[in-house]
Amino acid sequence: MTQLALVIDLNVCVGCHACVTSCKEWNTSGQAGPMSDFDPYGADPTGTFFNRVQTFEVGEFPNTETVHFPKSCLHCEEPPCVPVCPTGASYKRAEDGIVLVDYDKCIGCKYCSWACPYGAREIDEKQKVMKKCTLCVDRIYDTTLAERDRKPACVLACPTSARLFGDVHDPESEVSVAIRESGGYPLMPEWGTQPANHYLPRRKTKLRIHEDELVRADNPLKVDGKLPKPAKAEPSLDDVTSW
Amino acid sequence: MHPAFSVIFLTTLIGVGQGLFLALFTVESYAAFDLLPKQDGRFYAFGSALALGFLVAGLIASFFHLGHPERAWRSAAKWRTSWLSREVIVLPAFMGMVFLYGAAHFTGYNPTLATLPSAVPVRLTLLLGVAGTVLAFALFVCTGMIYACLRFLQEWHTPLTVINYTLLGGASGFLLATALAALAAPEVTRFYAGWTMILALLALVGRTASLLRNARLKPKSTLRTAIGVKHPRIVQKAQGAMGGSFNTREFFHGRSAALLRQVKWIFLLLVFPLPVGLLASGVGMDSPIVMLIAFAVQYLGLLAERWFFFAQANHPQNLYYQAVS
Repeated sequence: MTQLALVIDLNVCVGCHACVTSCKEWNTSGQAGPMSDFDPYGADPTGTFFNRVQTFEVGEFPNTETVHFPKSCLHCEEPPCVPVCPTGASYKRAEDGIVLVDYDKCIGCKYCSWACPYGAREIDEKQKVMKKCTLCVDRIYDTTLAERDRKPACVLACPTSARLFGDVHDPESEVSVAIRESGGYPLMPEWGTQPANHYLPRRKTKLRIHEDELVRADNPLKVDGKLPKPAKAEPSLDDVTSW
Repeated sequence: MHPAFSVIFLTTLIGVGQGLFLALFTVESYAAFDLLPKQDGRFYAFGSALALGFLVAGLIASFFHLGHPERAWRSAAKWRTSWLSREVIVLPAFMGMVFLYGAAHFTGYNPTLATLPSAVPVRLTLLLGVAGTVLAFALFVCTGMIYACLRFLQEWHTPLTVINYTLLGGASGFLLATALAALAAPEVTRFYAGWTMILALLALVGRTASLLRNARLKPKSTLRTAIGVKHPRIVQKAQGAMGGSFNTREFFHGRSAALLRQVKWIFLLLVFPLPVGLLASGVGMDSPIVMLIAFAVQYLGLLAERWFFFAQANHPQNLYYQAVS
């Protein structure tokens, strides 16, 4: 069975919000209708978004690290938002595991948003229905697009390729390999929601240099320069001649 | 959570309606076994109409919670998985049963359907009452489980939620029934007053138990599990939007912790000792007015109780919305 998902590499996310704006652009002009904004140029703007980039500071000065953290629907394999929906407007597609909302059935009771521990769902204050990331379902299957464009808008927009898209149930897919080999982890595993989206942790590339690699082991006098010429019969430290 | 007044009114109003119906049928079933004096059909009919009024008012209040009230009929679809859907089915069913019960008493159409071995006649209203009682309890369970089934809202995820909804609804309904009895059926006033006090006491125990439990809760989710970084010190620097969003409005009560504590003491006072004291003095003075005041005071307290119930619940998504920027 297919489970489409995003894998987000926190190691390379630079927090540029390109995924946020491209998501908004694609989905607000898509067939599902606008993602309404209110007072967009005023003092107190607000609106519907499927994706946000948040920023966290880890550690205490001076040992701090900034983590940019893109957050959207995780398309859980056990989505807690689906069974609570009284109308069946919230559903998980069997064929590709995308969790979707049928805007024509949603009554806007907000109960599914209460049931999502991640805060992935937002009500559209104009359309009065619950909205969330669709993994650009109207794009990834669009055969009029070139093969390479059949990806979610956020994935295509990411300048650092921090967002990978694919089938996490296929063990050889790019996303599965990334999760397996780069320590991909789900969010809030304590609730058993089994998010399909995974995050790759921050990684430090470290070079381990041993003491004896800095000091010439065959230089007992600690004097740089040409070594005294040993006698022919004399073995050197490494039992090889030094010239 | 942000307390929505539509839901506060829904849960408190239908609680009164359910409690009042249970109170009516309690007296009828006692009377059927000759444990209490038999009441006139008009007492039950008027009581049922009053209960129905509260249920209808609750139902109307619930529509204000919906973005698309015209599609509300759809919400009966997923009763297999959703407690909300079950409530949507049970509430009208219960309302229908209350209507039939009241109508049977009002019209006097109450044939004896069978006779128990002890020569107790089983009348139509008794059967309707049993069905209504089952539905009333089913409705308490559905309403409570809507909140209790959300496992990440740890303040709600306890059997105490269902128990307290039942006990608080029962206490307020019995209190109203006491006032009603003082007006229309004085022989059962003391019976109702006694049960009101017992239910209020039980509700006080249940609510205090949930308050104590919630005070000791340790959140399962932390910022560490929320973003998956293992470090004791993580501080949010930006939440992705500066003007607020659905996530900052729906899940925060937006009041100070001090106000929350005040509301807690206010509802503890208004729901339990004050109405019980007023009720006792009302029974002593034989004054239905004082009893109605007791009911009004308790209902105000229940509004505060329900507000607190919502405000106290801390949704794990709030971890992602600790700082604007």
